[in-house]
Amino acid sequence: MSLRPDLAVIAGHVARGTRVLDVGCGDGALMAALRDERGCDARGLEIDAGNVAAAVARGLSVIQGDADVDLAGYPDDSFDYAILSQTLQTARAPDVVLDHLLRIGRRAFVSFPNFAQWRVRLSLLWGGRMPVTRQLPQQWYDTPNIHHLTIDDFRAFLQDRGIRVEGAWFLSGDRQRSSAAANLLAQHAVFLLQRAPGN
Amino acid sequence: MSDDQRFGLSRRATLPGPLRLDGGALLSPVDIGYETYGTLAPDGGNAVLVCHALTGDQHVASVHPRTGKPGWWTRMIGPGRPIDPSRDFVICTNVIGSCMGSSGPATDNPATGRPWAMGFPVITIRDMVRAQALLLDHLGVVTLKAVVGGSMGGMQALSWAATFPDRVRAAVVIASTARHSAQNIAFHEVGRQAIMADPKWNGGDYYSGEPPAAGLAVARMAAHITYLSEAGLTEKFGRRLQARDAKSFGFDADFQVESYLRHQGLAFVDRFDANSYLYITRALDYFDLAEEHGGLLANAFRRTATRFCVISFDTDWLYPTLESRNIVQALNAAGAAVSFVELSSPYGHDAFLLDAPEMNRVVDGFLRGGRA
Repeated sequence: MSLRPDLAVIAGHVARGTRVLDVGCGDGALMAALRDERGCDARGLEIDAGNVAAAVARGLSVIQGDADVDLAGYPDDSFDYAILSQTLQTARAPDVVLDHLLRIGRRAFVSFPNFAQWRVRLSLLWGGRMPVTRQLPQQWYDTPNIHHLTIDDFRAFLQDRGIRVEGAWFLSGDRQRSSAAANLLAQHAVFLLQRAPGN
Repeated sequence: MSDDQRFGLSRRATLPGPLRLDGGALLSPVDIGYETYGTLAPDGGNAVLVCHALTGDQHVASVHPRTGKPGWWTRMIGPGRPIDPSRDFVICTNVIGSCMGSSGPATDNPATGRPWAMGFPVITIRDMVRAQALLLDHLGVVTLKAVVGGSMGGMQALSWAATFPDRVRAAVVIASTARHSAQNIAFHEVGRQAIMADPKWNGGDYYSGEPPAAGLAVARMAAHITYLSEAGLTEKFGRRLQARDAKSFGFDADFQVESYLRHQGLAFVDRFDANSYLYITRALDYFDLAEEHGGLLANAFRRTATRFCVISFDTDWLYPTLESRNIVQALNAAGAAVSFVELSSPYGHDAFLLDAPEMNRVVDGFLRGGRA
């Protein structure tokens, strides 16, 4: 079974044998890949009971919970990596969730859909309606994405906070593209972050 | 192994002990009623201990000798079930303090030759677990593939992992808690007072005469309400009247829910000992796993290699999801491998005993640990 493209990027850059927390782990596809292919000790947090059941049925350790609420219960430095894939934009307090990620994990992978991609821009510009695209398929009233952001928004946020970027990958469909004009061209972004020195 | 008298249904072992109890007393000998299903693998790696709830027993997947009803957890244990005797060696013991073959107030005190009654020492959940460990020694089971239980059975599973971390590879804790709350204790006290207020209780010394059936029935009725949800009761009974068209303006069981509770109470006294009910509710009320470990629940699981699966039900108000979350948070803090899910059910606390396909799916996957 092939991984979603942003998850494949993450799976390809997690060091072998590390401890990983996947926040918003869904049915555990990434966790299973990390366990089976990279020998990781993977743990998950997932809000949907059906997804949790599916992940536990794969033999994974997954806790049903809400990133906005339950990350506070995890000890500092308890993981090598904390992963937040396509969940940041659904958080009530994305900044607080990111703080927790970099408190719990020494490093964090964050992936999100880029709201500045040209199709999204055109849809809003010419249609005058909230964009409904292949990567953002829901209507304004039923989308879980309550904090849309762009790649440039995220970069500015990281700079403000002094968070170090160790790596960044940009995706259109399942193809990686260069960082040139990524804010305009990329559908998804994946960042590997390290907490600000001294924190 | 088939001719080994230690294995099979309706077994009873008398172990010399002595078992040092948390209250300080020594119990000797230690009688344990139990059943086993399946065959212990040559490497001993397939043993699963199933722990019962307050009024449960060892007849987890066999016909109850007194009521003639099927085992109490045939949805979880049986062919094609998450715990399958064709693969697993299943052990279920009657807890000490109970009345189905294990040492308890209704069994004889060897010093007097008469029933212990209230002379039986007060026991704890950990004492139940230590007695089970004695039985496992007797059966030649060193480590458990898993210990599995709901409600009080879940407390035993937690206590097993905390007391014998090297003997438990996985623990399944369903609809349970790491400590009894003030509300839990309060409901139990109502039940105990109902028993002790029955003149037939006679200070616990009733074994040569009639038992305090009225008091025990009231205790069961009060407790039974806590096992169900309000929505479940409303759906099942509403305000419907029992076999009549109008209110009687008297105190018969006018309402169906009254009739149901009375039936539950009366059926219970045929199969359970009132003093056992006192002792086991006391053990539950004394249960506070954090207290046993310096006040911090995470300390109960430091450096544990046991895998945990914690399941709660959204309509369980006896041991609500928050209690399971406390356990999960402590396990997380201890770095333990833990899974947790809150399942949806209309049936309240009793949901773990009823048809719950998602629970079976989760437990099955967890016990397989990713191995198909």
